[in-house]
Amino acid sequence: MARITLSQLRHSYMANPVDEADWALKQLDLQWDDGGAYALLGPSGCGKTTLLNIISGLLEPSHGRILFNDEDVTHLPPEQRHIAQVFQFPVVYDTMTVYDNLAFPLRNRGVPESEVDKRVTEIAAMTDLTAMLKKRAAGLTADGKQKISLGRGLVRTDVNAILFDEPLTVIDPHLKFQLRSKLKELHQRVSRTMIYVTHDQTEALTFADKVVVMNVGEVVQIGTPEELFDEPQHTFVGHFIGSPGMNVLPCDIDHGQAVFAGQRLETANKAAQASQNSNEIGVRPEHVRFSSTGLDARVVKVSDAGRFNIVEAECGGHSLKVLVKEGAEIPSETAKLEFIPESTRIYQDGWLAGRRSAP
Amino acid sequence: MNKTVNQKAWFLVLPVLLLVAFNAIVPLMTVVNYSVQETFGNNVFFWAGISWFEDVLRSPRFHDALGRQLTFTFTILLIEVPLGVIIALAMPRKGIWVSVCLVLMAMPLLIPWNVVGAMWNIFALPEIGLLGKTLNAIGFDYNYTRQTGDAWFTLILMDVWHWTSLVVLLAYAGLVSIPDAYYQAAKIDGASSWAIFRYIQLPKMKRVLTIAILLRFMDSFNIYTEPSVLTGGGPGNSTTLLSIDLVKIALGQFDLGPAAAMSLIYFLVILLMSWIFYTVMTRDEANQ
Repeated sequence: MARITLSQLRHSYMANPVDEADWALKQLDLQWDDGGAYALLGPSGCGKTTLLNIISGLLEPSHGRILFNDEDVTHLPPEQRHIAQVFQFPVVYDTMTVYDNLAFPLRNRGVPESEVDKRVTEIAAMTDLTAMLKKRAAGLTADGKQKISLGRGLVRTDVNAILFDEPLTVIDPHLKFQLRSKLKELHQRVSRTMIYVTHDQTEALTFADKVVVMNVGEVVQIGTPEELFDEPQHTFVGHFIGSPGMNVLPCDIDHGQAVFAGQRLETANKAAQASQNSNEIGVRPEHVRFSSTGLDARVVKVSDAGRFNIVEAECGGHSLKVLVKEGAEIPSETAKLEFIPESTRIYQDGWLAGRRSAP
Repeated sequence: MNKTVNQKAWFLVLPVLLLVAFNAIVPLMTVVNYSVQETFGNNVFFWAGISWFEDVLRSPRFHDALGRQLTFTFTILLIEVPLGVIIALAMPRKGIWVSVCLVLMAMPLLIPWNVVGAMWNIFALPEIGLLGKTLNAIGFDYNYTRQTGDAWFTLILMDVWHWTSLVVLLAYAGLVSIPDAYYQAAKIDGASSWAIFRYIQLPKMKRVLTIAILLRFMDSFNIYTEPSVLTGGGPGNSTTLLSIDLVKIALGQFDLGPAAAMSLIYFLVILLMSWIFYTVMTRDEANQ
């Protein structure tokens, strides 16, 4: 049980990183509370697995420190950190039974056999493995094997945190939901810190209390799923989270206000001055609506997404998406669009304009 | 769907059939033919039934050769397999040393077998060979052409030198195919290096080791060239393995009948033993 603190963490796989791009992980300061459920979300290659391996001790960071509570564990090997990890591909010891697999971490640590039996029985019941305890682990299906991996982490009483590295990759789609609910349920029962790495927003948003969104070796936002959706701090978050993602449209800045397609727009934030590089407005398709006044637009395409229709429209020379409830009327050809001001934001160089501080 | 029946298609198989017939069936049948007949020369043959088989199976000479063969094969298996696994475990997994090690390992396998025999023959000569002379110089009374023990020692050393690489290469292939996650999980589970070997590396190497053991068994049971060049079966008959004995009977004494019967028994022994090996080693998987 521990609070995990990452302090000024940086990592490069190169011996002598010169360029900013040589860093797999750029400067990182994070604090994770004991017992929380966290997700690390980002596209492939954003550094989330690197970060996970640094926390578990499989990798030593080039710079910075990792603290469990107040103990510096930066240079400790994995077995001394009291960490459990579930990998992308199920790792089971093929020649052992399910029971022996679950008992393995305890036996390696010299726990007495009576205690081992008690723990294994308890964890097997939690992970629905009781009926299979006597079976050879090699004979199980992928989800069964992942449960064993998870069970090996849960069985130890000294575990500070359980780390998941895209654990549902090889699981059949119809079992993914089940296993995810199981994880959530287990988290509530054992209240251990769990860190879940994924590139799937559904997995991250349903599992975690707090999501850490990463992009190219950098944390772009940390927040609850609602915060990520309602107040993206970076265009990347807006685009990566939500389906379809946020509309990001280039604009001009005039006296701190956004000007798009020749019109001055009311927005939730103001820009101090125009940026040299990029000035954009971000608005989610949920927050754009057809109205009688507003921006001139042309409907290009309508796709049915079940309870919603996704309308692709052209406005001011740019393409944007609008979400319209099923049954609501969609104008054909020319229309007028309105952005809801409270949910429309100005982004400069990718970041939310006027944001208080870096995450 | 209607299948077209065209019996003429069988002609397409004919070339393969002829090839197999000429390089396997015909020679084998010739041997079978010799094994049931007696001849006194002039190409005149008499029916002999299974008497050659009975003779061979009862002959002490065959028993001794078979005994020597089994001793040789099991000794080299007991040395080469564990040694090969140990070397494979010690080899680097990354970096430029990988190719250096692999090339070094493959070297003995590239040398023609009679050259291996000739090399060791000279290498071990007590008066001029590096090995023989050194052993004598440091006080061992070593002479493989006269002393049985020394002949066996040299023979086994030569085979270990020649063939351990094969086990190493196969075991190494098995080792590098183990995903990193297994080692990482074992670290996190606090496994000792012995536990990692016992529960991860060995099970993952099982298939390639099965193949390695089978190959080494069959090859060593058939071995002829190297011991023939090294010791010629001597001193006396002490290193006369089955194949050397067979050649002596067939080409030295020109006893075609007994030699043919012996070849067939030899063949069946290898077949039977390979089957036993394979069944025992793959029993676990069949049970699942």
